[in-house]
Amino acid sequence: MSIGHTLLGLLESGPRHGYDLKRAFDGKFGHDRPLHYGQVYSTMARLLKHGLVEVDGIEPGGGPERKRYAITEAGITDVEKWLAQPEKPEPYLQNTLYTKVVLALLTGRSAAGLLDTQRSEHLRLMRELTERKRHGDLADQLVCDHALFHLEADLRWLELTAARLDLLAAEVAE
Amino acid sequence: MSTTDNLMEAVDLHKAYGPTPALDGAEFAIRAGEVVAVMGPSGSGKSTLLHCLAGIVRPDSGSVLYRGRDLTAMSDAERSALRRGEFGFVFQFGQLVPELTCVENVALPLRLNGTRRKEAEARASEWLARLEVGELAGKRPGEISGGQGQRVAVARALVTGPRVIFADEPTGALDSLNGERVMRLLTDAARDTDAAVVLVTHETRVAAYSDREVVVRDGKSRDMERVA
Ligand SMILES: Nc1ncnc2c1ncn2[C@@H]1O[C@H](COP(=O)(O)OP(=O)(O)O)[C@@H](O)[C@H]1O
Ligand SMILES: [Mg+2]
Repeated sequence: MSIGHTLLGLLESGPRHGYDLKRAFDGKFGHDRPLHYGQVYSTMARLLKHGLVEVDGIEPGGGPERKRYAITEAGITDVEKWLAQPEKPEPYLQNTLYTKVVLALLTGRSAAGLLDTQRSEHLRLMRELTERKRHGDLADQLVCDHALFHLEADLRWLELTAARLDLLAAEVAE
Repeated sequence: MSTTDNLMEAVDLHKAYGPTPALDGAEFAIRAGEVVAVMGPSGSGKSTLLHCLAGIVRPDSGSVLYRGRDLTAMSDAERSALRRGEFGFVFQFGQLVPELTCVENVALPLRLNGTRRKEAEARASEWLARLEVGELAGKRPGEISGGQGQRVAVARALVTGPRVIFADEPTGALDSLNGERVMRLLTDAARDTDAAVVLVTHETRVAAYSDREVVVRDGKSRDMERVA
């Protein structure tokens, strides 16, 4: 994720202090990974240098978290461009699971057993995310759903592969 | 796992329809209040396992113990009394009685157990409200959506206060959002009433509402807890 664009986007609704930016970021997007103050200040320093933000005021007491930042016209254009640019879909072609299935077949081990173990492991994480959805707000639910659908996709692929093991076994034996 | 912990336990189940075995040495165990997902490819024997556990189908061999009593040794009358008294059912397509209103559908299991109409419908209304479909009480199944129908079916499964709920692909005919809501309501209600749930599903996002999973393949089951 581009932290710079995200912080810029958060500034569009009005100027904020460094600590306030960090809090807003963590609350909306941080989830398991809150920002370090160091990341906020190095990012803001870069945005300042490129003229995408400006210092709007400084609270007494010193320290970088007391600087108040405002977005510039150039900054708004930058956010606009970032949002309009589609994300590159993950190619998902480097796949350890596929490698393991093929190796299991090549070495005469149980590919179905590998699938069951993997499903179990995926399900463990999916249960955690599902439990978190029970207690979380809508934002939390959307983030967990994103992860859940990806984990589900892995498993669907594994099931499909398991259903074609005989064909695959014949092919890898060649 | 010792027998005493288990509310229900099946050992070495075999069942064949004609020459091909549907169950070929399947095992299963569930504790009180536990939600167990039964997963596996289509045709692997999941529904047959559920039917044997619930006493709907008698296995060719093997035993199904419920609170220490063997279902396979019971008479048909004993088994259906057990089903009515202790079990609840949710299937893929609600299987509501089309001629009855929603509240009458939910009250039906209580009526069959001899509860008076007024009392049965009062309790049915409470369960409809809890499943967030209280306003549908007077409607017939043909007048409501699939998602609403499944909530009515869940209310009907829970109204007698069953110890075990058997759910066979309960979200199979629903979109993601409705499916999730039904699973949430079903598992919350089961938790609150300490009912066990046998949840047959091939969808992992649905199985994620369970406490653990059992995988069925070619009529054999694998308890992933014991493997781990
Ligand atoms: N009533 C039945 N008559 C004949 N064959 C059946 C019947 N029920 C199930 N089977 C067969 O038994 C096997 C297991 O079916 P089922 O338990 O429905 O699997 P699942 O629920 O996992 O899809 C399948 O091969 C199916 O065709
Ligand atoms: Mg089935």
